[in-house]
Amino acid sequence: MSMATLTAPSAERENYLNQEYGIRSWLLTTDHKRIALLYLLSITFFFFIGGFFALLIRLELLTPAGDLLQADTYNKMFTMHGQVMVFFFLIPAVPAVLGNFLIPIMIGAKDLAFPRINLLSWYLFIIGGLFMLYTILTGGVDTGWTFYTPLSTQFLDTHVVAAALAIFIAGFSSILTGLNFIVTVHRMRAPGMTWSRLPLFVWSNYATSIIQVLGTPVLAITLMLVALERIFKLGIFNPQMGGDPLLFQHLFWFYSHPAVYIMILPGMGVVSEVVTCFSRKRIFGYKFMALAVIAIAVLGFLVWAHHMFAAGISLYAAMIFSLLSYFVAVPSAIKVFNWTTTMYKGSISYMTPMLYAFGFIGLFTMGGLTGLFVAALGIDVHVTDTYFVVAHFHYIMVGGMVMAYLGGIHFWWPKISGRMYPEAWGKLAALIIFIGFNLTFFPQFVLGYLGMPRRYWQYSPEFQVLNVLSTAGATILAVGYLLPMVYLLWSMRYGKVANENPWNAAGLEWMTASPPPTFNFDQTPTVTWEAYNYDELKEVPVER
Amino acid sequence: MFDLPLWPPRASTTAGSVDALFIFLLTLCGFMALAIFTMIIVFAIRYRRRPGHQAEQIEGSNALEFTWTFIPLGIFLCIFVWGAYIYFQERTPPRGAAEVYTVAKQWMWKFQHVEGHREINELHVPVGRDVRMIMTSQDVIHSFYVPAFRIKQDVLPGRYTVAWFHATKAGTYHLFCAEYCGTMHSGMIGDVVVMEPAQYEAWLSGGAALGSLANTGQGIFQSLGCSTCHRFDTQGRGPNLVGVFGRPVLLEDGRTVIADENYIRESILIPAAKVVSGFKPIMPTFQGIVSEEQLNALVAYVKSLNPPPAGAAGTPNLKPPTSQPETNR
Ligand code: HEC
Ligand SMILES: [Cu+2]
Ligand SMILES: [Cu+2]
Repeated sequence: MSMATLTAPSAERENYLNQEYGIRSWLLTTDHKRIALLYLLSITFFFFIGGFFALLIRLELLTPAGDLLQADTYNKMFTMHGQVMVFFFLIPAVPAVLGNFLIPIMIGAKDLAFPRINLLSWYLFIIGGLFMLYTILTGGVDTGWTFYTPLSTQFLDTHVVAAALAIFIAGFSSILTGLNFIVTVHRMRAPGMTWSRLPLFVWSNYATSIIQVLGTPVLAITLMLVALERIFKLGIFNPQMGGDPLLFQHLFWFYSHPAVYIMILPGMGVVSEVVTCFSRKRIFGYKFMALAVIAIAVLGFLVWAHHMFAAGISLYAAMIFSLLSYFVAVPSAIKVFNWTTTMYKGSISYMTPMLYAFGFIGLFTMGGLTGLFVAALGIDVHVTDTYFVVAHFHYIMVGGMVMAYLGGIHFWWPKISGRMYPEAWGKLAALIIFIGFNLTFFPQFVLGYLGMPRRYWQYSPEFQVLNVLSTAGATILAVGYLLPMVYLLWSMRYGKVANENPWNAAGLEWMTASPPPTFNFDQTPTVTWEAYNYDELKEVPVER
Repeated sequence: MFDLPLWPPRASTTAGSVDALFIFLLTLCGFMALAIFTMIIVFAIRYRRRPGHQAEQIEGSNALEFTWTFIPLGIFLCIFVWGAYIYFQERTPPRGAAEVYTVAKQWMWKFQHVEGHREINELHVPVGRDVRMIMTSQDVIHSFYVPAFRIKQDVLPGRYTVAWFHATKAGTYHLFCAEYCGTMHSGMIGDVVVMEPAQYEAWLSGGAALGSLANTGQGIFQSLGCSTCHRFDTQGRGPNLVGVFGRPVLLEDGRTVIADENYIRESILIPAAKVVSGFKPIMPTFQGIVSEEQLNALVAYVKSLNPPPAGAAGTPNLKPPTSQPETNR
């Protein structure tokens, strides 16, 4: 059944959902909004697969002994949890779903610059995804999501090449999306939509796109080398043949550190939109916020070896990478301060998206501050490859990015579906997720400093209590993630019909119908206002 | 089951300095987080939407932006320097440290003390002495991690990496492999047993005395025919190895390298990689012929050919092999 039949709003105005029906009209669409929905479905699917692996991991870790799963199975679980979540959920999440849907509308364009390439991106993603599913269903892969050599190249006989290929192909989807966004933002802005009037969501997706275009090819090369090394025994990473396993780590992190910013920058964009709207305020320090995302994108390329402080790189290289890591922390701090001051003297309402934004700022701050710990060389030696690092990046990527993504989905849900989600349920789910998240990951900081290494199938008994807490949190988190699935689906049929601008928010996307017509605007808008012109919009009445 | 430690044992000099920075950061970041969260909560309540309350538009403030750019930057730089200082110490083993050669493999730790003792998954060290771990892997990358010492060093195939510590408290501590290394990664664990010096001496003198590691190396040196080329005069086809270790070596291609453990190791496995000036590249490779343990013994032997550093109770200086009968101690 296609989405359209589920969502046809009662007031039959032509929009992108009801313009055409049938599976063909979806699979061959070049409409960025429909492609966004295709992505939404596909990444939700992968999110639940990755989540299922996570749950198995947490259940295994309920007891110190390796009892629920076999050691090899456990290794496959954390490997595929990482690969699925990073490459098939987090990286495409905000850009390919919300970015795809919103960027053309936000800049007043009819579509992306290359609508067909946009569809091609989705197909590449699906082909990559099919390879990943093939890998999962035929026995899995246990390299760790990091594919470290020579383990991955010489010592494992699982589906390493298939998994690498899956990520390789999905990578091209990411590159093409990035390319599409860059060209679109440069060439397709409506009259009057100058760079300094772009919503920060567009800025952050633009910065993300730069990383996607410049970084992902390096990942592709790296994975290709792993495959070639396995198939032809080239010896690039094999010390016995004069190769160097550390070379792999450099190549891998050259992409994978910036990839962290692919995963967080778009989320920052979402938060900027949400915080301004529910504070009724222009963003504090627009220029600095825009500069900060660009700074993060650029500096993000210069810190990769901070993943290798204990790996055997030279003393002075380590120092330089540590120093640069502190530089990249500065723009992140700037963002947090600006969001906070945006709320100052605002008129703040606590709708669901805003709750997610609060959650984001809080958890991202925790993730960022613990980043200061791991960037400190002396401390990193102790905590790298322990649960401290696991907790740190989950605070950024799950606490930050998933919160932002869900906040964004709720915020723009009326625009996407034409219906309101049930507010009370929304708030409840946000709260459950926040509590579940902290219970899952906070104990892991303690575990890490105590010295529990990551990727351990069995562990020393004194770590058990904290692991039990973490597993308890994970089950709460699972409930929290299932709830929106249910009520958002429900709302597509039974939700209150949304008007054009239910939040009375600023931005071009709120000046067209909900859901928007196929070409977004009846006529190309001309922009004469600055971004976040909340002073010119009337107040929304107090809730209830 | 209700064993809930919240802080790892502190059993080395490094542990103290790492903890100090960690506690400093906890305080600093705790304060920063508290400040930000309080601000958010206060704003959220104070400026909540209510009848008669209007948002007041503020554009931003360059002064504020610069403040919260440069003050954090300054703080970050301090953290960086402090962290780098600790790291510098961690990466600079003091002279005269006792040495333990380590071979990691899927999924065990093998230790060779220079005194000749060998251990598996258990490492005995004395309190109050610097210990330098010279480590290599037989297969994939592993990582030598002793949480109580706050040290971790990846162990790579094909070369030596080094870690050092100075234990301060007797006890038995966890040794973990911290780099994912395949099926039984989580089983690649062991104990570091830190002993009072007297007990340690007792432990050393017990057990099978195989002779020192350098002694073993000497045996290998002869049985593999190294001694046919490397003689202890200037007549050999290869360089005289006495006094080579730790000195700069001039190479055929004009470069100069320091003859550290990795250099000795490479000279044996890939002799053609760095050819000593004035010699022909005739040395055969011993890749695949010597095991990692034998290699360690050879390295220990070549090192023992140096006079011990003044004042340090290093390894007994072995006499170069001569035609005279062996004087096994
Ligand atoms: C066929 C003669 C030959 C044999 C056998 C031989 N070597 Fe060598 N070795 C050489 C020559 C010639 C050089 C100098 C050229 C070079 O660096 O390759 C050398 C260099 C070295 C060096 C570097 C010395 C320096 O001054 O920098 C070391 C260490 C070494 N060999 C150790 C060994 C060991 C250990 C063995 C036995 C396992 C061994 N060699 C066997 C000929 C030999
Ligand atoms: Cu990184
Ligand atoms: Cu290991």
